[in-house]
Amino acid sequence: MSTTTQAVPGTEAVGPSKKKVKPQLTEGQRAERRLGLLLCAPAVVVMIAVTAYPVGYAIFLSLERYNLALPQATKFIGFGNYGAVLSSPYWWHALLVTVIITVFSVAITLVLGMLLAMVLHRTPFGRGTVRTASLIPYGIVTVAAAYSWQYAWTPGQGYLSSIFNNSAPLTSQTEAIIVIIIAEIWKTTPFMGLLLLAGLSLVPEDLQKAARVDGASGWQRFTRITLPLMKPAILVALLFRTLDSFRIFDNIFILTSGNNGTGAVSNLGYDNLFSALNLGIGSTISILIFICVAIIAVIFILGFGTAAPGSDLGKR
Amino acid sequence: MAVITPRQRASWTTANFVVIALAMIPVLWLLSLSFKTPAAVLDPSFWPAQWTWGNYSGILTSSQFLRPLVNSIGIGIISTVIAVVLASMAAYAIARLRFPGKTVLIGMALLIAMFPLIALVTPLFTIERALGLFNTWPGLIIPYVAFGLPLGIYTLSAFFREIPWELEKAAKMDGATPFQAFIRVIAPLATPGMVTTAILVFLACWNDFLLAISFTSTIDSRTAPAAMQYFSGGSVFTVPTGPIAAAAVVITIPIIIFVLFFQRRIVAGLTSGAVKG
Repeated sequence: MSTTTQAVPGTEAVGPSKKKVKPQLTEGQRAERRLGLLLCAPAVVVMIAVTAYPVGYAIFLSLERYNLALPQATKFIGFGNYGAVLSSPYWWHALLVTVIITVFSVAITLVLGMLLAMVLHRTPFGRGTVRTASLIPYGIVTVAAAYSWQYAWTPGQGYLSSIFNNSAPLTSQTEAIIVIIIAEIWKTTPFMGLLLLAGLSLVPEDLQKAARVDGASGWQRFTRITLPLMKPAILVALLFRTLDSFRIFDNIFILTSGNNGTGAVSNLGYDNLFSALNLGIGSTISILIFICVAIIAVIFILGFGTAAPGSDLGKR
Repeated sequence: MAVITPRQRASWTTANFVVIALAMIPVLWLLSLSFKTPAAVLDPSFWPAQWTWGNYSGILTSSQFLRPLVNSIGIGIISTVIAVVLASMAAYAIARLRFPGKTVLIGMALLIAMFPLIALVTPLFTIERALGLFNTWPGLIIPYVAFGLPLGIYTLSAFFREIPWELEKAAKMDGATPFQAFIRVIAPLATPGMVTTAILVFLACWNDFLLAISFTSTIDSRTAPAAMQYFSGGSVFTVPTGPIAAAAVVITIPIIIFVLFFQRRIVAGLTSGAVKG
């Protein structure tokens, strides 16, 4: 920051006037650019170092036969790992489990989150208490909550198991997946509810009143006024929750360790790295998961149109 | 809601009660388990017949839990401080300055916020082993900072947009450099947003399990959530249910404190980045 930068950067006379003509930057504007880039640089460096570079490295690893147990057999094999993973029933099974968990937990969370948002928005008393209570599932360490569910469903020691005739749901595939979905729903409904609440509070009260005067029923007001106005908030919440749910790992790791065909793609990737020590296959699974997530994100962002989060930040 | 009929009052009371009960029961179950004696753990009744502090005194005198707890606190605080400082700088630039590449930065932050963590585990594991970062504090702090940054940049740039421009202009008129304007004028106004962001980033670090079990191998750097699965009972024949429940309760306490004291801020922070207000 030399003394010349004090030339009041905030007062650039006219903004960039015409395109094509490269605007002559004043000293102040140049200082502002420099400062902007300087302030962002550390964050950008860390984010690139920890994400972009490893992803590039993972792509490279995924093209190699690389097993830590057999390091001398390391060799470039092109897309061999992709063939191996994509022709393996384990991958498709884990993907199916992940999709099932994601679809059910996100759909149910959306409904319950909407109900929670309604309660938080409309309840005439105890709003603070309800909000505090519902923040606890959001904040609690997923692993801690997962242990709670695990012990609750352990026959002979869990209250839920004893209610359901000493059942042992965690030992059978379908029931274990249901328990995993319940644990996910419990943990994530508050976040969904709070995002929806923020959307709900943007719906003008006058509009609701006007519709009531015109004789619209509660359900009609909800579907014709509230829902359309909340569409951006709902899409943002759905995007966050879907991507988050697709990454599910902790709950499954604690509840079933992925046994009995309950593992999601993240658990499969983890097992390939730490049980099989297969860096090549593990990286291939990582890249495939990344591609899945990118596809989900693109679908949602196409759905957003101009309402994408951050699109307004960029314009400032 | 000017007048509430008794019937409305009853139905809202029920609705509130259902929400609170659903949110609290799994937590209360952990609490109850943590006070059960090793024998009573095998009794499915919700509350213990006899209460014991044994599980707590067990884990709080064992380095198998204390050391990971210290790791969790230390790693969480260091990661949070670094992430909030770096994110504040970037968010200030995004909210206030004109410079090229802003959209790219926002897109990048959004991309990382959506990133499947497992996709990084394999390559980072290899890189960390090569650099000697595996099973060290920095080995967890660096990825935690990277994943705290998008959250921080989003939340903070939303907060920074609320701060009045004029004050900064006034400071610059008075001869402050943009940097001085940031430190002297904007930073104090931005403190509430920074506190909120710090809580959210800390909770994210505190909550992490996948990176913690992947990049650690001993209690030198293992965090509390990752350490719980290695607990053992009093003997080979005792299940470690009680100690694990007690540890789960201990790591839940900071969350309850944050939620009780900063409830409003957490809600504001969670929603500011996602929904335009």
